[in-house]
Amino acid sequence: MDLSTSLTLVRPELILSFSSLALLLIAAWRQDAGRLVSILSVAALVGAGVTSAQFLAAGTDATAFDGLYRADAFSSFAKILIYIAAAVALVIAPKALEKMGAMRAEYPVLVVLAAVGMGIMVSASDLLTLYIGLELNSLAAYVLASFARNDGRSAEAGLKYFVLGALASGILLFGMSLLYGFTGSTSFETIGQAMAGEIGTGLLFGLVFVLSGLAFKISAAPFHMWTPDVYEGAPTPVTAFFASAPKVAATALLIRVTIEAFGSQAQAWQQIVMVVALMSIVIGAVGAIGQQNLKRLLAYSSINNIGFLLIGLAAGTEQGISAMLVYLAIYVAMTLGGFICLMQLKGRDGEMKEGMADIAGLSKTQPLLAAAFAVFMFSLAGIPPLFGFWGKLVVFNAAIEAGMFPLAVIGIAASVIGAFYYLKVVKTMYFDEPADAVDASDDKVLSWSGGALALAVSPLGYLAIPALTAVTAQAAGALF
Amino acid sequence: MNAAELPILSIMLAVPMLGAIACLFVRDEMARVLALGATLLNLVLGIWLWASYDPAGAQWQFVESAQLFGPIGWKLGIDGISLLLIMLSVFLMPICIGASWRSITERVGLYMASFLLMETLMIGVFAAQDLLLFYIMFEAGLIPMYLIIGIWGGKDRIYASYKFFLYTLLGSVFMLLAMLWMIQQAGTADIPTLLNHDFPAEAQTILWLAFFASFAVKMPMWPVHTWLPDAHVQAPTAGSVILAGVLLKMGGYGFLRFSLPMFPEASAQFIWLIFGLSMVAVVYTSLVALVQDDMKKLIAYSSVAHMAIVTVGLFTFNQQGIEGAIIVMLSHGLVSGALFLCVGVIYDRLHTREISRYGGLSINMPKYALFFMLFTMASVGLPGTSGFVGEFLSLAGAYKVSTWATLIATTGIILGAGYMLYLYRRIAFGEQVNADAAAMPDLDKRELWLLAPIAAAVLWMGVYPESFLAPIRRDVATIVDRIERAAPAGDSKLKENDKTTAKYRVHAHGGEHQNKAEGAAH
Repeated sequence: MDLSTSLTLVRPELILSFSSLALLLIAAWRQDAGRLVSILSVAALVGAGVTSAQFLAAGTDATAFDGLYRADAFSSFAKILIYIAAAVALVIAPKALEKMGAMRAEYPVLVVLAAVGMGIMVSASDLLTLYIGLELNSLAAYVLASFARNDGRSAEAGLKYFVLGALASGILLFGMSLLYGFTGSTSFETIGQAMAGEIGTGLLFGLVFVLSGLAFKISAAPFHMWTPDVYEGAPTPVTAFFASAPKVAATALLIRVTIEAFGSQAQAWQQIVMVVALMSIVIGAVGAIGQQNLKRLLAYSSINNIGFLLIGLAAGTEQGISAMLVYLAIYVAMTLGGFICLMQLKGRDGEMKEGMADIAGLSKTQPLLAAAFAVFMFSLAGIPPLFGFWGKLVVFNAAIEAGMFPLAVIGIAASVIGAFYYLKVVKTMYFDEPADAVDASDDKVLSWSGGALALAVSPLGYLAIPALTAVTAQAAGALF
Repeated sequence: MNAAELPILSIMLAVPMLGAIACLFVRDEMARVLALGATLLNLVLGIWLWASYDPAGAQWQFVESAQLFGPIGWKLGIDGISLLLIMLSVFLMPICIGASWRSITERVGLYMASFLLMETLMIGVFAAQDLLLFYIMFEAGLIPMYLIIGIWGGKDRIYASYKFFLYTLLGSVFMLLAMLWMIQQAGTADIPTLLNHDFPAEAQTILWLAFFASFAVKMPMWPVHTWLPDAHVQAPTAGSVILAGVLLKMGGYGFLRFSLPMFPEASAQFIWLIFGLSMVAVVYTSLVALVQDDMKKLIAYSSVAHMAIVTVGLFTFNQQGIEGAIIVMLSHGLVSGALFLCVGVIYDRLHTREISRYGGLSINMPKYALFFMLFTMASVGLPGTSGFVGEFLSLAGAYKVSTWATLIATTGIILGAGYMLYLYRRIAFGEQVNADAAAMPDLDKRELWLLAPIAAAVLWMGVYPESFLAPIRRDVATIVDRIERAAPAGDSKLKENDKTTAKYRVHAHGGEHQNKAEGAAH
């Protein structure tokens, strides 16, 4: 395959890479150009998203660079989600970061670089590409976590994220080296072929280590410990970013590795995925109950949601994967919405509020904000008629179809435990007396984007089901 | 003009929905008027619906179908059973709004919006013809009810609202899994099609249990009834009315629409469970009701006892029993709603639900005492009121299946008379020991307007039940036909050739039983 065809296929990454380099130059000379760079970055993300959408519409399914990189419907769908989430994270950030004195021009550049890494992750069809993408994303993310450099908590979050992330990367690399050693290749396809039939302990170890490393990246239990601390410490716009785009990328990567590389050994990883899924659901639900900090609560909520996502993977069927993609799309909308609501909690002195006590009686002082937050909470809990219910439904449907009844029953029973803490947030906002700790936010961008997302996860979202089903089916079909 | 020419069910769903959205954005006074207007409009539409309903026509009428939401079909349609339950909902809603006219002064817009949303969801539950649509409507009701109990409830409202939400949610999620399996197995989510789909007998057992988990909690059956007294006591008056009046009926409706016709074999297999739990419920909750000091709690426990009669009636597998169960559901919807309103009337004046704080109200509140007496009697099941017709029919039906279960369930009527009359005596009769209670004014015009329509309906149903039996007769017969193959053998044997009893029997032609039973009701 010649270079020009390969370059056409990596167009989204090219657009983002070159724009990030150019924007870095602007940032180097104009330190105060944060907003300008943000706008240009969003434009670059939109451009890359449009390219991916073109690929998706054209049904592109090809490999580039001699099998290192794959452009198919699956990667295009995941990229669109990633770029949208990253763009939203950029749009909502400036005012909040300015308040912290952290709105520097590097912020959008780092987000774009992370998006490049994530794009490579979801397109990787070789362990090497996988690792490059993962590290590009992670390194940008470590810096982003500690972006509010005057804030001790933020620095701590960055350091923690870095140390634990490096550990996870080590585990992943170790697993990859085992896979390479026992199969003689780093390409997913060849590994898949080599794994057919009986596999030895060495390969099994490789598989377990790779899955553990990836479980860390998606913050699935029992590799979730970093999540609450990093989410709490990082500046809220950054947390919103962490909870959305990288989750999509890491999940998509996990799907591709398990299906394409380990597809022939489904029974070997299905048990692992099942246990991880149920542990995440339960730990995410139980851990959140006592939280007094809303960012930590949302962190546990993301662990909980990853558990539900993994139920689709445990099913291991095409329908399960398509259900995961539906869930991911809805999850991104819900979680971004939740964080946007959180960012609008502005204290009397203009500082950001994030405690459970601060939202007491919010429905009396700021009814619209409280209503939007309640919509996101009920939706995350999967209560119909909100759109989050549909995500849970398709995932459980896939598990039922695959005949995994115990998994479905335990998972859905545990979702009731999860409902408790979402209800607690609603209770605090609606049933308690106003704490009067929060002022009306003056950030119009946040109100509009939060309102739009609330409408998207409201019952109106059901109108998107036919389109969403078709696109995710196409994307999942590319893997099988 | 016939209502079938319009998408009448969608309109009835849309009216309260739009009203709810509008209520959120207007001032308190306007929200009240708007809510009352929307519910009254829906009542008018409901009456039109009933007038256009043809009991001899197709089984499913006013059918609508649209593919808006992919796998979730927007399929609506009603049979006679749904029709009557929709009527019950639209009839009680304006009364609920009226009951909250003055007692709710905080966040009126949100309150009215929650109630209107409840109305949409209730109609949706009874009209849904798609399994997933049904589930969404069934579950979505948790959110407004959670808010109603939690925001405008009593002292322990937060505990009660959590308990209500989590209990019902836990019951329902298993039903969702069962539904997903059924949809995959049968290849459709269309309820009329599923009603004639035969699921394998071994699968039926599991499916039945999954549905049972949901409906038993909603119903509520002993021992999962404990959320009900808490929710009732803490909810505002109108919340209790709608909870007892309509929400509890969703459990019975679910048994009737899903458990029985879709899993007849499993239903027959679990008859012992239903009868056993119902017998315990009747006796136990009636005894608990006897010792309550709190009026609302007493009526809540009596609801559990009445609902146990419903479950006994539903699982008799015969026409009489099922018709009776439906009439008990309708009657209990009206009567318990009215009783909660009666409690609300005096609660608004004295702000306590403690029975001993009242006494001798028939002296200073004669009109109130009259209405309260009527509803007490209807709750007891006095002939001439709605309670009698339903309870008699369901127990008569139950007698054919199990004489022992009937014997014990019938004690519920005696015990019911015990606790209801005891309640009435302590409140309306006797010395006027409390000066403040003795000074309370009688019903005002608004309260009269709330109670009078229910009283009229209760008497109508008691004196001429045929109006309510006619729309459901054919639909119940369809269900009975469907489940007949699994019907258990009863332990009461008719002596066909015994001369001494022959003269009491009406011989012949279809529908003899209900004629006999109705004859008794007249």
